[in-house]
Amino acid sequence: MLAGDKKRAAYRALEDRILNGEGRASPDQRAHAFASSGLPRPLDVLLGKVAARPTQVTDQDFAAARAAGFSEDELFELVICAAVGWCARMYDAGLDALTEAADEEDG
Amino acid sequence: MRLDVLNRGYSPGTKLLFALIRLFSRQPVPDAAKLVFYRPDFYGSRAKEFTHEAMRGPSTWSVGDRELMAAYVSQANESAFCIGAHGATAAQAYQDRAKVQAVLADLESAPVEDGLRATLRMLGKLTREGKVGAEDMRRVLSAGASPEQVEDALAVCAAFNTTDRLADAFGFEVLSPEGFEAGAKYLLKRGYR
Repeated sequence: MLAGDKKRAAYRALEDRILNGEGRASPDQRAHAFASSGLPRPLDVLLGKVAARPTQVTDQDFAAARAAGFSEDELFELVICAAVGWCARMYDAGLDALTEAADEEDG
Repeated sequence: MRLDVLNRGYSPGTKLLFALIRLFSRQPVPDAAKLVFYRPDFYGSRAKEFTHEAMRGPSTWSVGDRELMAAYVSQANESAFCIGAHGATAAQAYQDRAKVQAVLADLESAPVEDGLRATLRMLGKLTREGKVGAEDMRRVLSAGASPEQVEDALAVCAAFNTTDRLADAFGFEVLSPEGFEAGAKYLLKRGYR
């Protein structure tokens, strides 16, 4: 097994905090943002872009989310959850591929 | 930035700190710094801890190599703020701006070791496609990178895919070249904590 679990553990601590700690958005909303699934309109547009094509986020995406009743602090949290969720899956995909390749080399 | 709280929602103590940063650096406070100072218990504290570990913690990659990875990942994301910030930091760390420019212009012909080149290639694919396979990793290992080095590179990749997304979603203002140089000097002296 690889030695650098400390770094993955530090990212996991961030994931755990934003999902399970105190927040203005509900834990359920934060979990949906993190998973990029089950989000209501227009939040799905904003958070879908944050995850998959963040350079395309516009002022209008934020304006639409505010108009739907989300506060600035809720949007702060949900954008972070969307970004971290996407990156946590990317991180794990990389580590899984590495483990598979390294195990083959050992065996 | 697109959220007003990220422009103004700071305590008097944090506002004083920002004033001191402006005074000593003679540059505006970068939006990357503002983000981690807003409600730090939610995101900033743990994000800084992770990023510092990835960028300055134990690794056989040099600080310059890891800053170059940050710039390269940011280029794959087309994230202007982070390309500027970490391109400048890598150039200062290596004391070799031409090398950083060569990697960002054309990785395949750039003057870097094969292990680093293969690692950057894999990080670019992971960033663009969101996944890589064991075959991609075998190519990196056979180019001379160790499994521990790949693991360390994946931590850098996670840190900057996160930061790139937040930079572009929240709308970080791109700094002047002088602003990026001042930020790079700070990051090399103090790290990310």
